[in-house]
Amino acid sequence: MSFNEPIHRSENHRAENEAGNGSSHPDSIPPPFTDDDFLPSEAVRSIPAQPDRANVLLYIDQVSKWFGNVHAITDITIWANRGEITAIVGDNGAGKSTLIKCISGVHGPTAGQVFLDGKPVHFTSPEDARRAGIETVYQTLALCNDLTIWQNLFLNREMVNHWGPLSFLDQRAMRRRSAEMLSRLEVNIPSINARVRRLSGGQRQAVAISRAAGWGSRLVIMDEPTAALGVRETARVEELILRLRDDGLAVLLISHNFDQVMRLSNQIWVMRSGRLVGGRRTQDTSGKELVSMITGAQQEEAL
Amino acid sequence: MTQATTSPSWERLRDPSFWADWTAAVALVLLIIGFSIASPVFLTLGNIQALLLAAAILVVLTIGQTYVILTGGIDLSVASILTLGSVVLGQAYSRGWGIGVACLLAIVTGTLVGLINGLVIAKGKITDFIVTLGSLSAASGAALVLSNGRPVQIADPFLLRLATGRLGPIGYFVILAAIVAIIAHFVLFHSRFGTHLLATGGDTEAARAMGINTDRIKITAYIISGCLAGIAGVLLTARVGAAEPASNTSFLLNSVAAVVLGGVSLFGGRGTVIGPVVGALLLTALVNGLTLLAVSQFYQPLAVGIVVVLAALLMRYQQ
Repeated sequence: MSFNEPIHRSENHRAENEAGNGSSHPDSIPPPFTDDDFLPSEAVRSIPAQPDRANVLLYIDQVSKWFGNVHAITDITIWANRGEITAIVGDNGAGKSTLIKCISGVHGPTAGQVFLDGKPVHFTSPEDARRAGIETVYQTLALCNDLTIWQNLFLNREMVNHWGPLSFLDQRAMRRRSAEMLSRLEVNIPSINARVRRLSGGQRQAVAISRAAGWGSRLVIMDEPTAALGVRETARVEELILRLRDDGLAVLLISHNFDQVMRLSNQIWVMRSGRLVGGRRTQDTSGKELVSMITGAQQEEAL
Repeated sequence: MTQATTSPSWERLRDPSFWADWTAAVALVLLIIGFSIASPVFLTLGNIQALLLAAAILVVLTIGQTYVILTGGIDLSVASILTLGSVVLGQAYSRGWGIGVACLLAIVTGTLVGLINGLVIAKGKITDFIVTLGSLSAASGAALVLSNGRPVQIADPFLLRLATGRLGPIGYFVILAAIVAIIAHFVLFHSRFGTHLLATGGDTEAARAMGINTDRIKITAYIISGCLAGIAGVLLTARVGAAEPASNTSFLLNSVAAVVLGGVSLFGGRGTVIGPVVGALLLTALVNGLTLLAVSQFYQPLAVGIVVVLAALLMRYQQ
């Protein structure tokens, strides 16, 4: 099962896209899916690229999440490549958070399948996802203010020395590794012994991102990483995100900031009302188009 | 305060939060200076021995309270558990079950009440304040029921030796309290559990997001508090020579007061073991000094209250 079915479908899709490219008017591209229930046709038209077997790390195949009668997300099919930043945009309530929770193990999807590295995965908890190499930087950052930077970096992953049945924290090793984790990403922080409470918003974000990236993770999900930051701190955090990409990680970026999405991402997925509206390679789209896709104004504009 | 910081020490002395962290130690030093000037007996070896002996039970109780408060909770039932433990010991002993079994039963009883507290708070999602207020009443009620309201005299050589024996100049009580304090300190700052306890108290959501089982941490904290209250019950029985179902409210107030004096944040996540231990010593020294100065016993709770509120005011500078 695994990838075959969706990729096969995508190949048809590509052929049809190429056929459509001859026309100057994007509306003339025929919808690749005949099943009208799957996606609204205007949405399907705009899916641009196919998952490329060699690079795709995460593949979400027709995932739905329902809470009782509330359909939070329906039939979402997206993917994220290694060494790329993949953005998910959409209005409040579009289902972005539910989608990332289905990926990070907080929710189990009601229907559909998540593939990691071509293998189907079933996460029952965030720890499951973490073990598989999926880390999430929450909007709240999940840092403990009264613990030091190194304690936060190693929270629930403490290194210990065993003394018979007893185990003691190996503080020296954790401090050393913490300094390495931060310096690898060129994060400048006065002292790893400082309590997180004393850090600025940008420094906290940097610590949270370093923690997410520092555990051999392959996919880092970031939920509005710069929403609470000033201009200069935002620039620093963006540099950090680009460094993760250059390290070959797949980054899934949730952001309201189109400017940022256009600057950082390689691939953009647009959601509206729990459904996928479309996807674009970033170089093929514009902030204006994204806005119209998000608000659903695209059709009217095209006319 | 346990982690070395890079800033030079003189800079720390100008930081108000440093003084807030060390409220109890500073106050204890001032108190010792004051009392030793006012009373020549205060700093004698005999008085210091008596003071430490008197502080030992409160220290043991306070350490349990510290763990609970570090999770952001509070255990109002510690003094009642102590009473219940004492009564269980007395009843078991008077039935001829042997002193070892009796002491063990007292500690197990305390642990069980702690377990129930923790389960109801963590799994039942009921406020710690209400749950432990309930078990305060329930445990003292159980003590009355078990003992039928009557104290039991216990003249056991083991308990007598525990209460009066000493290793060199240091009483067994003091050694026991010191061992408990040292273990508690190491667990808090050198074990995974300790870090997870601080994380749970500091930011439960963050701790949970990192995969820490915060319910289990909270339950364990209440179990520790109950177990230590049971041990304190054994110590009190040994000291008094009897198991009395009488309430020991001052132990509850003093244990919370010692934790506050010790610079532990009542919101959880921040504090030490040494601080509350010094806080317990401070409260005991206060009572001891006032007694030496022949101040009426009625003034002692008043003095304790004033000291605690002053300490809480200083805590506002804690960052």
